[in-house]
Amino acid sequence: MAPPAAPRRQIADGIRDSFSAGLGIFPLGIALGLLITQAGLPWWLAPALSLAAFAGSLELLLVGMLATVTPLAAVALTVLVVNFRHVFYAFSFPLHLVKHPVAKAYAVYAMIDEVYAVNASLPEAERSARRLLALQIACETYWVGGGLIGVGLGAMLPAPIKGLEFALCALFTVLTLDAFRSRGEIPSVLLAGASVAIALVLTPDLALLTALLLFAALLLVRHALTARRPGTESADA
Amino acid sequence: MPSTSYLLAVLAIAFTITLALRALPFAALRALRGSAMVRRLSVWMPVGILAILAVTALHGTMATDPHGTGYALLAVAATIGAHLAFGRRTILSVGIGTTLYVVLLNTL
Repeated sequence: MAPPAAPRRQIADGIRDSFSAGLGIFPLGIALGLLITQAGLPWWLAPALSLAAFAGSLELLLVGMLATVTPLAAVALTVLVVNFRHVFYAFSFPLHLVKHPVAKAYAVYAMIDEVYAVNASLPEAERSARRLLALQIACETYWVGGGLIGVGLGAMLPAPIKGLEFALCALFTVLTLDAFRSRGEIPSVLLAGASVAIALVLTPDLALLTALLLFAALLLVRHALTARRPGTESADA
Repeated sequence: MPSTSYLLAVLAIAFTITLALRALPFAALRALRGSAMVRRLSVWMPVGILAILAVTALHGTMATDPHGTGYALLAVAATIGAHLAFGRRTILSVGIGTTLYVVLLNTL
């Protein structure tokens, strides 16, 4: 294993990691700000929502619910269902790298999809607490900053540019390729493909949650099947 | 216009539930650390989760602009092609794919 990089270098690496995620996060933040203004909600809701939840897709959903004063119980249920996917990130998110308790708490709070994804595609030896935290702080800056610019632009912009959200799709596609190259795991990709196909057919509106639940269930079955054959113990990460 | 107290209540709910969903699994897994199941899942999960995120994000894009479905598929192919052809430079690949999709969607 290569010797660990210098602290300053680790932070610079983390910020560089954040640029690709920022391509998706920043425009989406602007979209959130515009949406809040258009819904007639106060401007401070953009940064407040982003700091309180820090979960892009949930926040975009909540704006519509807030504007129509949806009952709090329905809001709570929506938050629970939409963000339940984060439960699965704990299995492979490298929280053990972060030692300081405050930093650890922040790393958990700021464990968004993009951070999980960018980190998952990094080789084990290149990860560090500083690199992870720099990535997370940068992503939150793009998100909150984008939201503030969005509310600032308000109605000034004639029409928002459509299709920028594709950046997230492109990012996840690229990260899948990278993770697949460094780790292989054809069975996992096949099980994930089957899970997401079934989820899209059965529950198109909750496809992400259903796919992750199915995928986790299938992996547990796979574990039960391989556990019976002690000779096939897979290599450790 | 919703009242400020209503907005604050929503913020508190979103904060508490989101943080709990992110934090509690770590606490639960600490008890299971070192078990063969957790070790295997930590190896098996990332690639699959990334693939699921990619497909559901694509589906979301298509659902937002149904007439851009063909452009989205083309842009995914361009992203993959750029990534394999230009030495896996993430920002370049994401930039090429996104630009292609945005241009096609807004001009055609």
